[in-house]
Amino acid sequence: MALRDQQGPFFGEYGGRFMPESLIAAIDELTAAYEWAKTDPGFKAELAELHRTYTGRPSIITEVPRFAEHAGGARIILKREDLNHTGSHKINNVLGQALLTRKIGKKRVIAETGAGQHGVATATAAALFGLECTIFMGEVDTQRQALNVARMRLLGAEVVSVTTGSRTLKDAINEAYREWVTSVQTTNYVFGTAAGPHPFPAMVRDFQKIIGEEARQQVLDLTGRLPDAVAACVGGGSNAIGIFHAFLDDPEVKLYGFEAAGDGVDTDRHAASIERGRPGILHGARSYLLQDEDGQTIESHSISAGLDYPGVGPEHAWLSDIGRAEYLPATDTEAMDALRLLSRTEGIIPAIESAHALAGALKLGREMGPDSIILVNLSGRGDKDVATAGTWFDLFDEGAQQA
Amino acid sequence: MTVTSASSVAHTISARRHAGSGALIGYLPVGFPDLATSIDAAVALVENGVDILELGLPYSDPVMDGLVIQEATQVALAAGFRVRDVFTAVEAIRSRVNAPVLVMTYWNPVLQYGLDRFAGSLRDAGGAGLITPDITPDSAAEWIDTSDSFGLDRVFLAAPSSTEERLAGVVEASRGFVYAVSTMGITGARQDVDAAARSLVSRLRDAGAENACVGIGISTGDQVREVLAYADGAIVGSALVRSLAEGGVAGVARTASSLAAGCTLS
Repeated sequence: MALRDQQGPFFGEYGGRFMPESLIAAIDELTAAYEWAKTDPGFKAELAELHRTYTGRPSIITEVPRFAEHAGGARIILKREDLNHTGSHKINNVLGQALLTRKIGKKRVIAETGAGQHGVATATAAALFGLECTIFMGEVDTQRQALNVARMRLLGAEVVSVTTGSRTLKDAINEAYREWVTSVQTTNYVFGTAAGPHPFPAMVRDFQKIIGEEARQQVLDLTGRLPDAVAACVGGGSNAIGIFHAFLDDPEVKLYGFEAAGDGVDTDRHAASIERGRPGILHGARSYLLQDEDGQTIESHSISAGLDYPGVGPEHAWLSDIGRAEYLPATDTEAMDALRLLSRTEGIIPAIESAHALAGALKLGREMGPDSIILVNLSGRGDKDVATAGTWFDLFDEGAQQA
Repeated sequence: MTVTSASSVAHTISARRHAGSGALIGYLPVGFPDLATSIDAAVALVENGVDILELGLPYSDPVMDGLVIQEATQVALAAGFRVRDVFTAVEAIRSRVNAPVLVMTYWNPVLQYGLDRFAGSLRDAGGAGLITPDITPDSAAEWIDTSDSFGLDRVFLAAPSSTEERLAGVVEASRGFVYAVSTMGITGARQDVDAAARSLVSRLRDAGAENACVGIGISTGDQVREVLAYADGAIVGSALVRSLAEGGVAGVARTASSLAAGCTLS
């Protein structure tokens, strides 16, 4: 079976559907709607039309030679998901799930969000489709991504600040599950990443795989060949699986996922689930997980709210185990340096999440040399991160001036 | 299905039913506010009319629990709760009172401890089995095998939203009793126990359930009486946890006693 043909619920030994019985009926209903959507030409046509006239697809690719000078001279090509409406790849998935919500006949959607990109995308789709919308966001994240909180409220969504546990993405998902159990008859859960119980990992991937399908052809058109490597950041892993998927059965194309290493994978402040975790069950699926000896989830840390998650999607766990994709760490500092470098050399301010992939591409380029072509998924734009970057670099520049 | 020992839980429920009433099942988390007090509190429940104990295993991501239980289990975790403490608690409680003890646990801590090792430790400590809120029989093949080998009860949940086919699967897979979720929601006291509970218990009986116990939202003796009019057991959690938090062992003993008043024939 081709690697592209994996449909879940299991990817090797990962995935599954470990969920409370109270939610099974809703998940079954969503699964049925998704199976219908996979083969319904009307659904596909409507989603494609939305992407053409609303999302702004296809997104372009941009070659970045001035940035690439710092990457051993390798050719670096960015897939510009940052140019999508709402500023990230999240809209690809949300429009698909909003159409499914309408098919099921529910009038309200809920979602979790970390950086706020998925929350903004969901609030946007809810406005477009006339759905009620509640977004769950950890209190730590509502503070560091305040701009996105305001955006969601402007779009008419209710934003619930979650104050339990680590107060980040993991706890936002817990709270969204609790709300879903309570309101499941009227409410659909628009899950943001390619993790969670079946059908979410396969379904979110299928809504995101358009990234790689477009980019594969665009790189062929531009360079006459496939890239040597594809790089993407990995939190839950939806943008990464989205760009990887079209290349899974091209063995000459190496796939690299960059996990948030925070202060470093050898410290206790990182979010490198594959690099430093071990298999366990969280949020309905078996996958790599940051956990202690007892199976208690360990709180992750990253400057990037969107990567600050102790788990990872099951298809990535499987791709790592079979050696098809390699998962490497990028620290806060490496990501922020890459963010500034792309801003100054190319006039593109990336999201801090995406900057982890850029940091990885800089290293890959130096290893692979000037004849190589590296495709990087620029999954989001950095407008939301200007406050974080400002704080980070004020400190950095002050130190530099004193030196 | 290989049953290697008679279920003490089922036996207790059956005895209460033949006495014309039903079982009162009380939940408390291990390690809240500390291990010794949680053991004393569980003993006090039995001494004040609770028939079956449900000991919660504190977990970092309890998606089926409301704030009262979340806060208590976070206290236990912050105070250094370890999974092995559950076996210490079960053994200590069983040495002091004669009531079956089930452990309520999310699944990952069991997996990480090792399924066979967990089952063996629980059996050796005198535990009766597990209540597993975040897995369903279709995702629990290994647990079904292991619980058969070790002679442990396995209590799966049934929800008002479950289809007839799924209810049949839950009844088939469960041993001890079936946990009927009274309402679509998470744990926590409610003013009215949902009418959905009565309907669910009736559907479970049609699916062949011998013992159906209702949980979520029950917090008073009157609600216990109301539930026992149609179900085999009433499960109380948050109300007990709150009493323990606010009034210590004496407080939770008083609450247990008032809940147990709902088990007497009126």
